[in-house]
This record gives sequence, structure tokens and C-alpha cells, in this order.
Amino acid sequence: MSTGTRPPGPVLREQVDRPEVDIDDPRLTRFDLVKEGARRDGVDIVQYEPRFPAPGTRAERRAERSIALLFLLAFLSAAAFFAIYIWWPWRYDPGSNLSKLYTPLLGLTLGLSLAPIGFGIIAYAKKLLPMEVAVEHRHVGGSPPADRKLTGALLASIADETAIQRRPLIKGALATSLLGIGVVATVPLIGGLIKNPHKMAGQPEGLGDVLMHTGFDPAYNNGKPVRLVHEDGTPIRPSDVSVGGQITVFPGIPDGATNKFADSPTLLIHLRTSDAETLRRNLAHVPINEGVMWGDYVAYSKICTHAGCPASLYEQQTNRLLCPCHQSQFQITDNARPIFGPATRRLPALPLDVDAEGFFIAKSDFKVPVGPGFWERP
Amino acid sequence: MKRRTPELRALPAESLGALDDRLHSASPLRKILNKVFPDHWSFLLGELALWAFIILLLTGTFLTFFFDPSMEEVRYNGSYTPLRGVSMSRAYETSLNISFDVRGGLVIRQMHHWAALLFMAAIIVHMLRVFFTGAFRKPRELNWIVGLLLFWVGFLEGFCGYSLPDDGLSGTGLRIASAIMLSIPVVGSWLTTAIFGGEFPGTEIIPRLYIVHVLLVPALLVALISVHLALMVLQKHTQWPGPGRTNDNVVGERAYPRYATKMAGFFMIVFAVVAIMGGLFQINPIWLFGPYKAAAVSSASQPDWYVLFLEGSTRLFPNWEIRVADHTVPAIFWPAVVLPGILTVLPMLYPFLEARFTKDRASHHLLQRPRDVPTRTGLGAMAVSFYVVLTLSGGNDVIADKFHISLNATTWAGRIGLIVVPPLAYYVAHRICLGLQQHDREVLAHGIETGVIRRLPDGRFIEVHQPLGPVDEHGHGQLEYTGWAVPKKMNRVGALGPAIKGFFFPIEKPPQAPVSPAPQLPAESERREVEARR
Repeated sequence: MSTGTRPPGPVLREQVDRPEVDIDDPRLTRFDLVKEGARRDGVDIVQYEPRFPAPGTRAERRAERSIALLFLLAFLSAAAFFAIYIWWPWRYDPGSNLSKLYTPLLGLTLGLSLAPIGFGIIAYAKKLLPMEVAVEHRHVGGSPPADRKLTGALLASIADETAIQRRPLIKGALATSLLGIGVVATVPLIGGLIKNPHKMAGQPEGLGDVLMHTGFDPAYNNGKPVRLVHEDGTPIRPSDVSVGGQITVFPGIPDGATNKFADSPTLLIHLRTSDAETLRRNLAHVPINEGVMWGDYVAYSKICTHAGCPASLYEQQTNRLLCPCHQSQFQITDNARPIFGPATRRLPALPLDVDAEGFFIAKSDFKVPVGPGFWERP
Repeated sequence: MKRRTPELRALPAESLGALDDRLHSASPLRKILNKVFPDHWSFLLGELALWAFIILLLTGTFLTFFFDPSMEEVRYNGSYTPLRGVSMSRAYETSLNISFDVRGGLVIRQMHHWAALLFMAAIIVHMLRVFFTGAFRKPRELNWIVGLLLFWVGFLEGFCGYSLPDDGLSGTGLRIASAIMLSIPVVGSWLTTAIFGGEFPGTEIIPRLYIVHVLLVPALLVALISVHLALMVLQKHTQWPGPGRTNDNVVGERAYPRYATKMAGFFMIVFAVVAIMGGLFQINPIWLFGPYKAAAVSSASQPDWYVLFLEGSTRLFPNWEIRVADHTVPAIFWPAVVLPGILTVLPMLYPFLEARFTKDRASHHLLQRPRDVPTRTGLGAMAVSFYVVLTLSGGNDVIADKFHISLNATTWAGRIGLIVVPPLAYYVAHRICLGLQQHDREVLAHGIETGVIRRLPDGRFIEVHQPLGPVDEHGHGQLEYTGWAVPKKMNRVGALGPAIKGFFFPIEKPPQAPVSPAPQLPAESERREVEARR
């Protein structure tokens, strides 16, 4: 078919397949060359017409003006951003409302210096650039059979030429050497990272099994029982906790209240007498819990047995402890039994006593590991 | 002086020529510039994720200049008076400094966080688009897998990122992460001490997460994104069915001049939205949470939204701990290790499973409307509802608090909902698909309802239908369903002219009626054939 008389509209495949035009033909326009280039790339420009066929119309000028306005607006916002960044009071000042506006104004002016550019560019593309429909040929499926065959032969010959299959000795030796390299590559990484959780270095004698001990272990205190202390390190007398009240306590050892002993935070609860009676009854038949309470006081690990969050929301009326992470609930008067949520195990109790000076101490560490479960946990 | 001007004008051509002498680039350059992109709003979703990622790189680089990932204990003495004198890690102190003592630091930090949320959201919505339109089918299975990997790597990147400030919330997140690692049978405790460099929290974890967050995972993301885009270019974009569009062409616009220009504009707009959000909407106000302390946490402790579904699964899963012979498999192992494992592998296999069950081994480049594949759409609805129930359950304490519902009731609602809602969603989605299919066929057969009621001589009332094409002797339309939108309103077939445009002045000449989704491409040869047959 001749190119000159083709009606507008797509004749998709034919045009791509038509013979090359002579690109040195002086009658060709530049757009003819563009089309020919596209055609050689398998792309047929089906429709390509200017938005404003007659240049300089009012509509075109209006579009130009509004796009230019957007770009100017972007510049003004950028200037405002600059001015605010330099001159607006930005230092944190609780009494000043101006400084509170610093971040919002920066974000707003930054956004307003970017958005009009974006809208301007898109408006330019949509309103001023020529309307276009192009069709690109798409090859469906794999390579031509000839290519597959030739490449397949090459690959097979590579595999054959190395002839590793025919030399079992080299094959075995090579595999062994690769294994060696693999070991050499991974061992330093694993070896550098690995730490035996059951024999952690740098721990006091007998405390290497870090998952099994907390800061309340007497070994951290030269064998003497550890005091219960506030976060600031002051020891606690029974009278410090009112009836029905609870406080978070930490082991009274150096850094005992820091994240170094993240498993140690414990909740010291002063139960009402009737609740304490209930708890004492519930504890009676379990030998491990003998002597856990001191008077109406009891201390349970604060570290949830599910995922290790601090179970810190205590409901005084029902004596329930709720972990805010996954909503496990523990009934304190039933020896911290989990009564709802994903936790399976009770919170371990810390055996309480009061020393000669009248401060709370832990008679021993928790008798079971605190916190989330793990494979080796008995 | 006279000879200077022509020389200057010839300079671009000359330098391009010099470049081509060395690089032999004329043909590949032309091919890139001539590449055709199909246009549809839903194809911008993946691009949105890409732009969000670039914003993340820019803002993140800024943050590294001021952040110090050290867990050394320091005493805060910065501008934020309520925390003065509090002992905290250096990481938390420098995070506070970015918010209060670095000029403009807070807006960049909040932009970084918002861009991260946007990145993950764009990935998920893009993934839904690809799934529901069947764009993952042969030959694009590999790119579907790369996309899924991008989601999980992005998830990891986000988790590492929001753990870095070492505030109360991020420390709690790490605590839960350590419990999840501890729960893995046999190796759990060894893995945890290896990663934390000892017992939780230790002093190693933030520096390690930092290098993972700013180097290792971003490098992986860049690599995966490059593969994702390269495969997209190689296999060419899918397109919706429509006039002139076939399985072996791509109808759209060439990259230049229009398509790439619009992409650049879109990037600017995404950047602008992120900047405005970073300025106006507070996110992660770490100074309110305080430094991480193992003994402190508050209610409404939620991770970033894309992690919520795992938080939800952990909350919902019953307390089924297994204890055999002095060994423990904690309950948290199932919802937090096994479930994500299933959610990683199953979607990767989906394209192959679907091909196997439908016995469809052909290459597909035309998209399917979700209604035309009711089973897949139903399965997708099932997956989405599963995810939504989990995500809502991740915030069940907030729901219980705001709506005054019992907390335990919300947990039970989640547990039951997780089992009941997905099959229900499947059924409903399937029925809706069939209904929509039927309606398409009905309009093709009987025409568009015009809303014009006519009274017949015998007294009956009928509604006049506008056929979409030639009709047979029974008045039934003869057009076949082609997999693309059937016009269902008279306005869509040009019954009403477009509204007059222009705010102050009407524009001179009303343009052509807007045609969605693409300009009409009536195949000339086909039309002639039809006419000849008549």
C-alpha cells in the first residue's frame, strides 16, 4: 500500500512490516524521519496531532499562562520556605506558639513549592504536547526456534567441554574445595555473632545461663539476698505500699534498674487481707510456692510470659494484671494464672522476705525462668 | 566573528556525534525514547511506590548525618525541657536532637516516616492491582515473586527503621521481636543471643539494625527494584483490552515526549504530598514515649500499620504452648513465625497453582477485569479479608477503648471473624462478579436503560433501551463481550455533550466527548470487512 494515500487510523501490523523508506529522500519531513525511526523500533505512531492546530489562539495562550503561573507559584513558595527556614523562631519553646508552627510551615511551603511544579508539568504534557497514540509490536513467547537451538548447542558444548562429568576425581576434589570455601566464608560471620545463651561470657559465676536467671539471684550480690528497690535505687519498706497498691521494683544491685537487667522488673503488690487469704489458699497446695508471700505482700515478675512486654496494667478491684501488648490477663489471687489471651504460663513469683533493717529482700531468684518461652525451657 | 554562530548551533549535533562514535548509542537510545507505555490510572500505583522509595533515600540520607546508633547511656541535656536530665541511650538522644535541635530536622524525620508508610501502602495496593487483573500470569510469574520479595524486604526495612530511635515504643517492638525469635524450636535462644549480642536488649542491637537499615536492606531493595523494572521493560507492560489492543501489541504513548513528562510531574506531586504530610501531620512523637525501659509500656502500643497484621495474629492465637520432654514450643511461634512463612510462600506459588488448575499455559499480556475471573477475585477477597481481620485485631485494644466494647469480646470477634469472614468474602465477591458479568451481557443484548418510559397503545409501560450496536431480528444486540467496560449510562455514549469548560470564559470550541479509557481506534480493516459482509 502506498504511504501517501493511507487513510487516518491504524493499520497496525502492515505498517510495521512495510519496506524501509529511503531516509535520504529530500522530500521527507523531520517527522517522517521520526516515524521511520519508530517504525524500525517496532513502534507505529498512529495518531499524532497538535493540541492547538492554529497557533496563538486564546485557548492556547490561556493554557500557557496558567502553566506559567503554576511555576511562578512554586517559586514563591520556595522563597517562603527559605524565609521561614532562616527567620522563623524554630527553637523548642514551651511558651511560644510561633515555634510550634515551624515544622508545619516548612512542610506546607515545601509541599507548595513542589506541587505546582508537578501540576504544571502534567498540565504542560496534557494541554500543550501533541496528542499521541502509538502502537508497539510485542513479541509473544520465547526466542525463535533457531536461536534456541543454537544457544542450546553452545550451552551443551560448554558443559561438555569442561568435561567435569568425565573426571570424577576432579569433580569430587572441586566439590570438596568449594565446601571448604563455603565454610571459610560463613564461619567467621557465624562465629563472630554466636554467643552461647547457656554459658554467656562476662557473667558472675553460675549465672552464665542468662535465660534462667534475673538480677534477683543472690550471686549478683556476693551471695547475699538482693533487696527490692525503687527505680532510683532506694530500698522499700512494707509501709511504702498501701493496701491494694502495687509498685514496680528492681533488684538492688548496680545497674539493677536499667535495661541491663531487662528480665528483672517485678511487681510488688500489697493485697487486701481477704484477697491475700484467697491467694494463700491457692498457693498452699503447690510446694514450689511455699513461703512466696510475706504477710499480705506478693511479688510477681512483670515480664509477660507471652512476648516479654511488661504486664503493667493492674486492675485493683479484680486483682487482674493485663499486658497491654497482646492482652494476656493474669489473675493475681490465683497465683497469677493466665485467664485470657495468648499467654500460657503463670507469671513467676519472687519469694519475699524482710531483712533485719526492715527492707524487702528476695529470698532467692525466681524459681522458674521469667518471660517468654523458648525451646530449652524445662 | 561571523562564523561563530553556526558553529554554536552545530554543537549539540557534533557532541552527540562524538558520543556515538565512542558509545555506538544511536540505535539503543532511539529504542528507549520510542518505548510505548499504555496509560491507565492503576498503572501508576507501582510508580507511586518507586517515588516513595526515592523520597526515602533522600530524607534518610539527611537523617544519617545527625543520628548516632549508639546504646551508650547518656544524660539528656537538649532543648526539650521535659526530658532534661533523663538517662537514655545515645540513639534516643540523637533522635530527639533531630526533632528539636536540628533546624528542619523534624519535618525531614516525619517525611521519612510518612514516605515509609506510603511506600508499603503503594506496594500493597499495586500488588492487589496486579493480582486482581491477572497481570502475574505467564510470562510475569518471576516479577510477581520479585514484587512479593519487595514487600517483605520493605517490611523488614520498616521494622528496622522504627526500632532505631530506641524510644519506649520501638524498644517494646524489639522485645516482642526477641520473644518471636526465642520461640523458634531448637535454635531460638542461640539465634536471639547471636542477633542481640547477648541477652535482650544488650548494647549491640541498635548499631546492628542501623547498618541493616541504611546499607544492607536498602542495597537489596535497590537490586530488587532494578530487577523488577528491568523485567517490566523487557516483557513490556500489560494493557487493558480495548479497541486496537491485542495480546501482541502495546497501545499507548511513547516515553517521550508525553509519558516521561507526566511521570516527572507525578513524582513532584508525590513529593509534595509527603512534604505536606511531614509538616502538618505528626507521626511517631518519640519525645512523648520516653526512652525504652524494660519495665514500662502503655496501652495502645501499636507497630506501624503494615506490621499490625502480625500483631493481630499474635493477639488472636490461643495460648497453645506445646511442652514435651523438658522442651517448649511457645504459642507465639505459630502466629509470628509459621504464619508469615506461609504468607510468603503461598502467594509466590499462586501463579503456578492457578495455571495448573485452569490448565492455562499461554502467555497473557491483556489484563482481565476482576469480574471475569470470579474464582480468583473470590480468593483475593478472601485473602484481603483475612488480612483486614488481622490488622483490625492488631488494634483491638484501641477499638475496645474507643467504641466501649469489652476487650475480650474484640479478641473473640477476631478469632471467630478470622475463620468466618474469609469464606463469606469469597462467596460475596464471587456472586458480585457473576452479577456484574450478567449485567454486562444484558446491556450488550438489550442496550442501555435510558430512563425514558414509553406507554404502548395497549396500555403497557416499557422502558426504552438504547442498543449499543446493530441488532438482530429480535432486537438483541450483536456485540460480543470483549473483556472491557461496557457503557451503561447514556452519558458514556455521548448522549450529553461535555460540560462547558472554563471558569470565567467558556472555551471557544467544546472538545470531543471524553472517551474512557483510550481514544477510539476503530480497526479500519475490520470495519471495512463488516461493511462488505452486509
